[in-house]
Amino acid sequence: MYTFSNKLRIGSFIAMALGLIFLVIGFVSAPSTVEEAKAMVAVHGESHDGGHAEEATAEHGEEQGHGAEAAHGEEHDASHDTHLLHQLQNRPWSALYVAAFFFFMIALGVLAFYAIQRAAQAGWSPLLFRVMEGITGYLVPGGIIVFVILVLSVMHMNHMFVWMDPEVVAHDELLQGKAGYLNPVFFLVRAAIFLGGWIFYRQLSRKLSLAQDESNDNSNFVKNFRWSAGFLVFYLVTESMMSWDWIMSVDPHWFSTLFGWYVFASMFVSGITVIAMVTVYLKSKGYLEDVNDSHIHDLAKFMFGISIFWTYLWFAQFMLIWYADIPEEVTYYVTRIADYKLPFFGMLALNFIFPLLVLMNSDYKRVNWFVIMTGVVILFGHYLDIFNMIMPSTVGDQWFIGVPEIGGILFFGGLFVFTVFTTLTKAPLRPKRNPFIGESKHFHY
Amino acid sequence: MASKVIQALYDDDDVLMHAVKKVRAEHHHIEEVYTPFPVHGLDKAMGLADTRIAITSFLYGCLGLTVAVVMMNFIMIEDWPQDIGGKPSFSYLENMPAFVPIMFELTVFFAAHLMVITFYLRSRMWPFKKAENPDVRTTDDHFLMEIGVHDNEKELAALLMETGAIEVIVTEKES
Repeated sequence: MYTFSNKLRIGSFIAMALGLIFLVIGFVSAPSTVEEAKAMVAVHGESHDGGHAEEATAEHGEEQGHGAEAAHGEEHDASHDTHLLHQLQNRPWSALYVAAFFFFMIALGVLAFYAIQRAAQAGWSPLLFRVMEGITGYLVPGGIIVFVILVLSVMHMNHMFVWMDPEVVAHDELLQGKAGYLNPVFFLVRAAIFLGGWIFYRQLSRKLSLAQDESNDNSNFVKNFRWSAGFLVFYLVTESMMSWDWIMSVDPHWFSTLFGWYVFASMFVSGITVIAMVTVYLKSKGYLEDVNDSHIHDLAKFMFGISIFWTYLWFAQFMLIWYADIPEEVTYYVTRIADYKLPFFGMLALNFIFPLLVLMNSDYKRVNWFVIMTGVVILFGHYLDIFNMIMPSTVGDQWFIGVPEIGGILFFGGLFVFTVFTTLTKAPLRPKRNPFIGESKHFHY
Repeated sequence: MASKVIQALYDDDDVLMHAVKKVRAEHHHIEEVYTPFPVHGLDKAMGLADTRIAITSFLYGCLGLTVAVVMMNFIMIEDWPQDIGGKPSFSYLENMPAFVPIMFELTVFFAAHLMVITFYLRSRMWPFKKAENPDVRTTDDHFLMEIGVHDNEKELAALLMETGAIEVIVTEKES
């Protein structure tokens, strides 16, 4: 049995408290009126906003040339200001949402990996099942928090999803055309179905996994195998739809067909990385004596391979849109390259080049601190990935990784660590009579 | 290399593995082991050095990537920078996404093919090469261990019989 080390527990509480304070600061300091927003931007970016102001005047000049009406220019100015206000108001919400989704997606990625290991009847991984079950323990609180944020969005507490605003839809024919799918009630019903299905499988599989320890035949194992195979079918469909709903719809004018796979790759590699990191941590504390370097080696191989798979999908999406350069699709990347150059290309270095070069060597994959170091880099890279998906559509060029963003990471990171390690204390770390446990113990690569 | 060698035949890979370990423990130098299929762990038991072929492959891949970049940069950007469908051929970086498929494929091509050729050269394999097989049965279901003889024929033969060899032959090796 694993006992939650006091240091880690206190650490997770401190992270949560600090994160909460940072998030509150973020929400309090968000402007509530147009004047405040303008003042904030003026103070904030006296020097670097010069170009922006010039651009704006140039635009206005053109406007006047067209209509020669001062009133028109003013109206445009006002709409520009409301836009800015909404962006600044969105920032703490987006910071909250990105962090909430990021940690939730790790648990979901682990659940997918777990189901695959069960359905494939892998011989090497049963020793790690309890670690995976511990991590997927975060699915319940994390999923509920994400759902609450979505409900609050539907209740117009924020402007992250523009299609939820009836005012906007009334003036937007594209959104009217999509209203059959993108309408608040259907959106929440879908989210409830996705989360319900995932949490149901997680709880059921955990129950069967624990029952298998106490039973005297393999019926629980067989049932778990069947449920896992069924879950994978359900997951494949719902994960794709979830990515349209929760991520792609912040940019409701844009669509991409392989988006679901792309989000999947991101969550899958983050999930595997977290499995590897938690395993190495538990092993270093002496809790997983049967886990050897070959298990770590296998996890590191998955980290390496899926990192490249993620890059493949990232590039496939980017290159197809860049190559064809169709205006209605390409704006997605135009805004990202214009306003998010460093996070956008920086994440490629973190998620592709770094793991490619570091984890290519077979010997390095067995060095535990190497795996941890690469894991930290990969996780940060995939946080940036989610950041790059959400932020450009919600806060635009007003982004910064500051107090609310770090607060979000700290709060959800702390909650994640607390939930995961609490779940790990609930059951023995080594499954007792999994049919493959002997093979897993002697696994050697 | 000893001109006289002793050859022990086995009919089971487990027995062979134990024999190899035992012969090594007795400090005899194993010249060669012939098997019909890869025996897992045999290289470790014989104490063979790790292969470096993966490192050569990485270097060949780097070469392939360089070839692709230099080639596309010269052809598309420097030599004749035409406007083809509005793609920006002002600098390599601006048009890079279009070159990535070529860069990827050439990297894989060089890494794979040059590594295979390295393998052939290093293990001396080519068409019309005379097969080096001391006993035809080693390609079917027998395993053969070959040890050089230095005036210790009797002692070696006894040791090999003890390890479970089904047949021990002493022959002159022409090399």
